[in-house]
Amino acid sequence: MADITVGVVVFPGSNCDHDTEYALASIKGFRPVMLWHNDHDLQGAKAIVLPGGFSYGDYLRAGSIARFSPIMKEVIDFARKGFPVLGICNGFQVLLESGLLEGALSRNRGMKFLCRQTTIRPVNCSTVFTSLYGDDEVLSVPIAHGEGNYFAPPEVLKSLLDHGQIAFQYTDSEGRASDEANPNGSLLNIAGIFNREGNVLGLMPHPERASDLLLGSEDGRRMFESLYRHLAGQ
Amino acid sequence: MPYTAKIKVTLRQSILDVQGKAVEHALTNLGYRTVESARIGKYIEVTINEDDRAEAERIGNEICQKLLSNPVMENYSLELEKVN
Repeated sequence: MADITVGVVVFPGSNCDHDTEYALASIKGFRPVMLWHNDHDLQGAKAIVLPGGFSYGDYLRAGSIARFSPIMKEVIDFARKGFPVLGICNGFQVLLESGLLEGALSRNRGMKFLCRQTTIRPVNCSTVFTSLYGDDEVLSVPIAHGEGNYFAPPEVLKSLLDHGQIAFQYTDSEGRASDEANPNGSLLNIAGIFNREGNVLGLMPHPERASDLLLGSEDGRRMFESLYRHLAGQ
Repeated sequence: MPYTAKIKVTLRQSILDVQGKAVEHALTNLGYRTVESARIGKYIEVTINEDDRAEAERIGNEICQKLLSNPVMENYSLELEKVN
């Protein structure tokens, strides 16, 4: 079987694009391609990743200007057709600004930029991004953000809960979503959410920085492996 | 004659404004006992080259809703001033 192309969008100010490319390239059968934000061509990609970083310097609001980059029109159409789109950190912020995901991210409650390892629990393991996880697992994945405090109005939160759209929650090492385990003040300890259809995932933790034992954890790697399994029809 | 749109974007009351809280604490620490709260927002000036006030106002509102504010967590106010 030919390698499966996965696109990594590069905005001015993206800084996790090459880490993401490295993590994807380490999955046998994936061929990552870099997609410049000013282009319209998805180059035959079967999935798209919006990487972390500071697109447009986080000017105005994180993700707000990147959301109108030329390639985002194609990415939005691609997602609406049901293809997998993953947004990591700043990529999550772009997905929220673009309306592909619901809610918003505001300043961390402690005001600090947080760069450290966290423990998170997968909540819904029946999606293209999470099929190789178990919902009794606790994963060790780093965060690095200043604006990761997830907010949504009560009716949106209820809808996320009712439709299995909460992807990951910050927990302690025992898997409890306690307030102490919540690094940034996110409602319901939310670290990541899906769209209703489950083909769009946004999360603040960085799976690409937990995809190689040299970096201290391989727990993020199975997200890319789950995606491969789906795209390869396995 | 163009208009200047003077736009203020503020966090909704239901959203914790951590910057505002820090400033509020700093002010009370400075001894300003009557200071009760501080909230921080953004101020944006946009020049709109439109003669028609109603059209300038329509554009002003549209750009606030589309880009300058995020309605999930922010409110905005818009004031138009004729540029002479």
